[in-house]
Amino acid sequence: MSTHSTRLAARFMVAPSVLVLFIWMIVPLAMTAYFSFRLYRLLSPDRTGWVGFNNYVWFFNSPDFWLALTNTLLLVGGVLVITVVLGILIALLIDQPVKGQGVLRILVIAPFFVMPPVAASIWENLFMHPQNGLFAALARGLGGQPILFLEQHPLPSVIGIVAWEWLPFATLIFVTALQSLSSEQLEAAEMDGAGALSRFRYIILPHMTRAVTVVILIQTIFLLGIFGEIFTTTQGGPGSASTTLPYMIFKQAIVAKDIGRAAAGGIIAVILANIVAYFLMRGIGRHLDA
Amino acid sequence: MGKIQLTKVRKSFGEVDVIPGIDLTIEDGEFVVFVGPSGCGKSTLLRLIAGLEDTTSGVIDIDGKDATNLPPAKRGLAMVFQSYALYPHMTVRKNIAFPLKMAGMDQAEQDKRVARAASVLNLSSYLDRRPGQLSGGQRQRVAIGRAIVREPAAFLFDEPLSNLDAALRVGMRQEISELHQTLKTTMVYVTHDQVEAMTMADKIVVLNAGRIEQVGSPLTLYHEPRNKFVAGFIGSPRMNFIDGAEAAKHGAHTIGIRPEHITVGDGPWEGVVGLSEHLGSDSFIKVEVPGLGTLNVRGPGELGVHHGDRVKLAPAGKIHRFDAEGLAI
Repeated sequence: MSTHSTRLAARFMVAPSVLVLFIWMIVPLAMTAYFSFRLYRLLSPDRTGWVGFNNYVWFFNSPDFWLALTNTLLLVGGVLVITVVLGILIALLIDQPVKGQGVLRILVIAPFFVMPPVAASIWENLFMHPQNGLFAALARGLGGQPILFLEQHPLPSVIGIVAWEWLPFATLIFVTALQSLSSEQLEAAEMDGAGALSRFRYIILPHMTRAVTVVILIQTIFLLGIFGEIFTTTQGGPGSASTTLPYMIFKQAIVAKDIGRAAAGGIIAVILANIVAYFLMRGIGRHLDA
Repeated sequence: MGKIQLTKVRKSFGEVDVIPGIDLTIEDGEFVVFVGPSGCGKSTLLRLIAGLEDTTSGVIDIDGKDATNLPPAKRGLAMVFQSYALYPHMTVRKNIAFPLKMAGMDQAEQDKRVARAASVLNLSSYLDRRPGQLSGGQRQRVAIGRAIVREPAAFLFDEPLSNLDAALRVGMRQEISELHQTLKTTMVYVTHDQVEAMTMADKIVVLNAGRIEQVGSPLTLYHEPRNKFVAGFIGSPRMNFIDGAEAAKHGAHTIGIRPEHITVGDGPWEGVVGLSEHLGSDSFIKVEVPGLGTLNVRGPGELGVHHGDRVKLAPAGKIHRFDAEGLAI
C-alpha cells in the first residue's frame, strides 16, 4: 500500500539516480549544442567565436547532407523490412519441433554475437570480394560476371550486412512470441476451418504485433547510429553513395577536424531521431498497450 | 445429422498405447459424456473424433462417411476448448463470425447467424467487446457461440466448465443442457466430474486407462454398475467396498453398498464416527467399523451424530456383489 508519506519517501529515494541520469544526458547534449554554434576547427588556429547558425547552414547546403539523410532512412527502413519479414519466417521454421532444436536455435542466434567490424570484414572479404568472395565464385560457376557489391551497390550491400547482424535479434523475439501462443487457439482455428495461411494471417500475425513493435522500436534506435559496418567496408563511398548521417558527422569531426560542424550534425541527428521516434510511436506505439 | 461411430479406434504415442482399441456408437442427437479419472484417455478420444490427433488404427465414421483421415475442418464438428481458446485480438462478434468467414459466407448471412447465436446465449450487448473484457462465464458463452453458428453435425466439449467457479459451473451446466434440448444436436462432452456426467448425459461412457468400462444411461450406471471401477466412480460420496467374511455371506468376493443405502440407528454393524459433515440437507459421516473398515454413510440432514459417537449401522437397499476380478455378479 502506498500512502502519501511512503510516496514522498520513494521520490526522495529515487531522486539521486534521476539527477545523475539527467546530468549524464544533459551535459553532453548541452556541450554539443554549445559547440554547434561555435567556430572550432582543430586544424586552424582560429577556434574562437560564435558563428550563429553557420555550421547548420553548411550542413543543409552540403550536397552530401540530403543524400546522407536519405541513406540513413533507407538503411533503417531496409534493415527493418528484411529483419521483420525474414525473422518471422525463420521463427515459424525453428518453432517446429525438430531434433536438435537447442543447437539449431544457438546457430540461428550466433550472428548477433559477432562484432560489427568483424561481421563487416567477413562479408567484405569472404562473400562480396570480387576475386575471393563466395558470391563471385558462385557467379563465375554459373557462367556470369562477379557482381561488384561494394563498388556498384554500396548501400544495398551495407543494408544486407546489417540485416544479417540484426536478423537473430528479431528472430529471437519472434520465437518467444510464438511460444506464448496457446496451441488451443490454433487448434480452435483449425476446427473453424482456417487453413495454414489463414491461421497465420488471423491468429499468429495478430498475436505477434507487439513483438514486431518491440523489434521495430529497438532496432530503429540502434540502426540510426550504424557506423562500424560502413567504416569497415565502403568508407561511405564510392563518392558519397553510402554515406549516412553518423558517417558524415564522423568525417567532419575526425577527417576534417571541424568540431563545430560535427556538433551541428550531431544536433541534427538528435532531431531526426526524435522525429522518427514521434512517427513510430504514433504509428505503432499503441500496440505496446495490453 | 450427427451419428458418430468408432470402430476399433486405437491411439498410441510412441510405445504407449493411450487408447488400446475402442468401439463406440454415438447416436444422432444424443448427449454423450466421456467421464473418467485424469489420464484415462477421454480427452484424447475427443481429439481423435475432432481430428486434432491422428488415429493409429481403426475407423471413425461421421454420418455414415469414413472421416478417419479427414482434416478437422471437413468433419463438420465444432469444439469448445477447456481454455475457451478465444481469439484475443478479435471482438466477440468477430470471434463468433470467424468460422463463417473462413467458410466464405456472405456478410449478411454472417451477421444474421451471429445475431441469432448472440441472442440465444445472451451475448447481444457484448458483441463489440474483446474476450479480455469478459468474465469467465461470458467467455464460455462466446466459445459456445462460435461453435453453434456453424450449425455443426455435433458439438465436442473438452472439460468446458473446469475453469469456472462452483456457482457459475452449475449455471452453465444447465445452460448447456438447455441448449441441447433447443438444438437437438449431438453433443460429446468430456469431464472428470461425475456430477456433470450424471446431470447432463443421455449416455455416459466411463473410461479407465483408455478402455471403456461401461456405457449406459446415468441411472443404469448408478444402479447396475458392471464392475467395481464404475461402481466406485459413479456416485458421491463413493460406494463402500467390503471384502472378506462379510462379503462371503453374500456369496461374493467383494460387496459394495452406497452410502445412501446404509441407515444409522439399529443394525448389525457398530463403529465410531470419525468425520461428520452436516450440509443441512444431508449428513455425510465416516464410521470406523472393526472388521469392515471405514464406511461412508449418507444420512438425513437432522442426523445428530458427531465425531467420537458410537453408532449402529444397517444395510438398507441394494447390495452390489463383485467377483474376484471386480465384475458384478
